[in-house]
Amino acid sequence: MSWISNTFSSSIGRKIVMAATGLFLCSFLVVHLVGNLQLFKNDGGLAFNAYSEFMSHNTIIRILEIGLVAGFGLHIFEGLLLASKNKAARGSSYVSNHIEQNSPWHSRNMAVLGSLVLFFLIVHLYNFFGTLRFGEPLKDAQGNENAYALVVDAFHNIFYVALYVLAQFALLYHLLHGFQSAFQTLGLNHRKYTPLIKLVGVVFSVVVCAGFAAMPIYFYFFK
Amino acid sequence: MNLTLKVWRQKNRNTEGKIVDYQVKDISPEMSFLEMLDVLNEDLLRQGDEPVAFDHDCREGICGSCNLFINGRAHGPESGTTTCQLHMRKFSDGDTIVIEPWRANAFPVNKDLSVDRSAFDRIIQAGGYVSVNTGGTPDGNEIPIPKEIADRAFEAATCIGCGACVASCKNASAMLFVSAKVSQLALLPQGHVERKTRVENMVAQMDKEGFGACTNIGSCAAECPVGISLENIAILNREFLAAKATSNNLV
Repeated sequence: MSWISNTFSSSIGRKIVMAATGLFLCSFLVVHLVGNLQLFKNDGGLAFNAYSEFMSHNTIIRILEIGLVAGFGLHIFEGLLLASKNKAARGSSYVSNHIEQNSPWHSRNMAVLGSLVLFFLIVHLYNFFGTLRFGEPLKDAQGNENAYALVVDAFHNIFYVALYVLAQFALLYHLLHGFQSAFQTLGLNHRKYTPLIKLVGVVFSVVVCAGFAAMPIYFYFFK
Repeated sequence: MNLTLKVWRQKNRNTEGKIVDYQVKDISPEMSFLEMLDVLNEDLLRQGDEPVAFDHDCREGICGSCNLFINGRAHGPESGTTTCQLHMRKFSDGDTIVIEPWRANAFPVNKDLSVDRSAFDRIIQAGGYVSVNTGGTPDGNEIPIPKEIADRAFEAATCIGCGACVASCKNASAMLFVSAKVSQLALLPQGHVERKTRVENMVAQMDKEGFGACTNIGSCAAECPVGISLENIAILNREFLAAKATSNNLV
């Protein structure tokens, strides 16, 4: 079975893992955003808490959660490994290098942007997932764990609001390159569809990040 | 025109190099960049100094030898040209020009501005060819190839192997070069016999030489003197994936 390990330890194999896990994580962003839109429902968080209860206790969701952790783990591991290998491939650096004249900044700094998103992810898990899974959250009127109260609490802290909004900018630029780049890496480049993929990538990145950024802003100013 | 040149001088691949400043005077705007360096070398010879080593051969944009990193860009500020096709009229009197060799672990510096690009040769040796084991030359048009396919294969075949893609890529990745060679042969019926083994071996050699992995930033295609497109890299990726999934090679 050495051909399998050889495939996925080659430069293109590792890139394919990055692309596949990246697109998988994009699908997670959609689910996470759509579910969290219930935060905007004006019912004191009852709908959101019921959803949160389902997501944290349903067996199928708990099994899928393992896949999600694996997806994040692979994407982060391969990303850091490729970044260090790629840096080593240059060797000595140029005295004068005007790479900004032939490629956009965010495409060259995916590892930096990804690391910022990872830092945010850790804080984010600590804020909500940690308390809900390992702490003793309060119950709401329907007897569900009151995740909504945690959100209200966190988003009245200006530092968290600032961090959450800034993190969306890091995610935005990460996605602006990553979404279309994943298709190219998977070999899906066609003169008819590539312009469409690029357009969808920009719309997807902006809508998802604006949606997430709206939550802390909404709670800080209006709740 | 009078210019200040900041030139990378390095004795051999085992020594450290450094930037040395030179002045060149009365440069004609009609000169090519290489002719300007010839003037510098004549001056250095007259002064009893060692001339600057740089690679060049055809001086008409075909051979891909004149690999210089000029003012932070592969082959200088002009797009779609090699260094020999870059003319001094693109610079102004009094300019300072930084001239460096390609920098990549897989391209060690031989001396000054001359680098060893034999890593590319070894990638070609790993599979960038079509084996013809018997028979004479087939008649023209015996193998029908649609015009569109022939054109795309020809576009990929225009790669001159200069290494500007590696030099300008932040990862020193050779994927644009390898993809041009792989897609050229994958598109043509003559290349189909060795199609899967070719891409597997060429990618394995590319990794062995120590080139980086592609992150789709596009610097390579932007700096390519013959305009090899990023579409070739997508073709390489799917050729590789298909070959790994379906070839009979258990390695």
